[in-house]
Amino acid sequence: MRKLLLQSLFRQPLTEQAPRPDDAAIAELAATVGRTARRRLGRSLSIREVDAGSCNGCELEIHALSNPYYDVERFGIWFVASPRHADVLLVTGPVTKNMREALERTYNATPDPKWVVAAGDCARDGGCFAGSYAVVGGVSAIVPVDLHIPGCPPPPMTILRGLLSLLEEVDAGGAAR
Amino acid sequence: MGILDSIPHVHAVPSHRPWPRAVVTEAGWQAAIDRLVEGGLTLLGFWGEPAAVHMAMLDGGSAEIAVVTYECTAGAFPSVASHHPPALRLERTIHDLFGLVAIAADDLRPDLRPWLDHYVWGQSYPLSGRNASRDARPYQFLPAEGEGLHQVAVGPVHAGIIEPGHFRFTANGEHVVRLEQWLGYTHKGIEQLMQGADLEAAAKLANRTSGDSAVAYAFAFARAAEAALDIQVPRRANYLRALMAELERLANHFGDIGAICNDASFALMHAQTGILRERTLRAADIAFGHRLMMDVVVPGGVARDIAPDGIAALRTLLAEINKVFPRLIELYDNTASLQDRTVTTGIVKADYVRQFGAGGYVGRASGRTYDARRSPGYHPYDGLRFDVPTLYDGDVNARVWIRIREVEQSLSLAGQILDALEAGPIRVPLQIAPEPCEGIALVEGFRGDILAWLRLSDGRIERCHLRDPSWFQWPLLEAAIEGNIVADFPLCNKSFNCSYSGHDL
Repeated sequence: MRKLLLQSLFRQPLTEQAPRPDDAAIAELAATVGRTARRRLGRSLSIREVDAGSCNGCELEIHALSNPYYDVERFGIWFVASPRHADVLLVTGPVTKNMREALERTYNATPDPKWVVAAGDCARDGGCFAGSYAVVGGVSAIVPVDLHIPGCPPPPMTILRGLLSLLEEVDAGGAAR
Repeated sequence: MGILDSIPHVHAVPSHRPWPRAVVTEAGWQAAIDRLVEGGLTLLGFWGEPAAVHMAMLDGGSAEIAVVTYECTAGAFPSVASHHPPALRLERTIHDLFGLVAIAADDLRPDLRPWLDHYVWGQSYPLSGRNASRDARPYQFLPAEGEGLHQVAVGPVHAGIIEPGHFRFTANGEHVVRLEQWLGYTHKGIEQLMQGADLEAAAKLANRTSGDSAVAYAFAFARAAEAALDIQVPRRANYLRALMAELERLANHFGDIGAICNDASFALMHAQTGILRERTLRAADIAFGHRLMMDVVVPGGVARDIAPDGIAALRTLLAEINKVFPRLIELYDNTASLQDRTVTTGIVKADYVRQFGAGGYVGRASGRTYDARRSPGYHPYDGLRFDVPTLYDGDVNARVWIRIREVEQSLSLAGQILDALEAGPIRVPLQIAPEPCEGIALVEGFRGDILAWLRLSDGRIERCHLRDPSWFQWPLLEAAIEGNIVADFPLCNKSFNCSYSGHDL
């Protein structure tokens, strides 16, 4: 173990340069977000991830955000265990009917101000699962969505870009619902 | 002697490939159940149609596979689960989706609670083709009675970034007396969406049945479709498929090894395996244009060839892993505080693994040496050298070690495939079969064997059933946690890493 630890002391960090925030995402946010929250949040965002019925592909890539390459915590972005600790719900999947109530209750358990980010193509409109008897559709069919991150699944850098856009917008004084 | 020789049947279905399917009488159905109960056959799959039920079975000795079909003329079939517990959740699912009723003697009455149906679909028996309605009742968990017992309800929204499902623990102090799972939260109606879809759209759904096994599912689906159409894919396509399957196995095993250690608060391993996983996905992206390699394996071959710089990227990756991974094995092996958490935790008995036909690391850590790449085997694995590591302790530690050994095997396989890759076509055009035809395939994903069965008609899917390995692993997790402390559940659960989406369909 000592050898491994020693190596990591002398090696260049693997961490990627911070990406530029997504212009399209900023435009979407500007349209949906009002003003005020900067004071309450400081420079950090606590995120509760909710799988509302995804295939697990999006979860894998959201997981990757915490690996040494993306190291999302350096931006003040934290994944938290409870919606009660969260500023942001990061929701994936087509919302299945069996998850609808759980998503609503998670949203209601999240204190204001709060934002909802829908990650992945399914989260926009149900993706290839749209139209099934078991699927409601995209996340916005259940809870108001502030930002969509496209992709199937969106690669970690795309998710990071989206989250940074949100952070920047919040920083600039955008208000949550 | 073939499986069907010992099972009285009415007739064999001629267009079912590559293994036989036969329609059986009630006596034949009962004979099949008897052979499952006595352990001569292993249940590989159990699925429905509006007026029939099918069971796929494996003869462990001869590696033979056969499907038996019971025609439910009166909307009912003799219960399998009342004799053979591994069929229980599948039987409940068949009722949820098709409304078919499992008949059993009163004293053997199977569990009649719903499984995937949470009474919110707005319709009952969605695949039955009829308008029936079912009385909605609150889900009753099994009782656990005794002094000093308390319940802990977890989920469907969990604390980590994982899929949704409900766990109901009954504990006595720290010790788990009973765990009961309730799944179905990610049920997306994949079987219905498949119906009437063309092969391209259906393959897309297969890729997204369980995102961590996109390649394995696409591989299984493609092989079933190719079996139905009776076509062979080019050699290069087979090698590329296997290459992707091994990369997927590597990425998932790295993720799992790290996540198990992380649940024992050993973050160093998690960070190190996280690097290897990320490098694997990046190399996959360079080689095949998608980090999870979705939509590359298609019926008829592969949709695109490996990128020109892909081979070099993969060779660099393999060299890097070969260099780093031995150090991580040493790290795992020499950290006593970590072993203290994993050794003797969450033991799965060998008998259960055999009875349930649990595949993958869950089976292999408890002595079941089964790997679909070996038996029944498929191209190109029949021409490649690899071992199927097997251990007997059945604990979290054994499931970690199986993954470690499988990483080594996959590295070797990926290297062999890169060496053997020859230029050539990567896809054959698909012809529409004049008659309805059926195909079945078994492909080894990182979790275990994935079964794909389908019937094609006019170039479209008439019925398709995909059976995730988790169906036969989830129930064993309930058994494995018994007597362990609640705090060890995350470790046990992660060491199983069962799929929710693949199971819920």
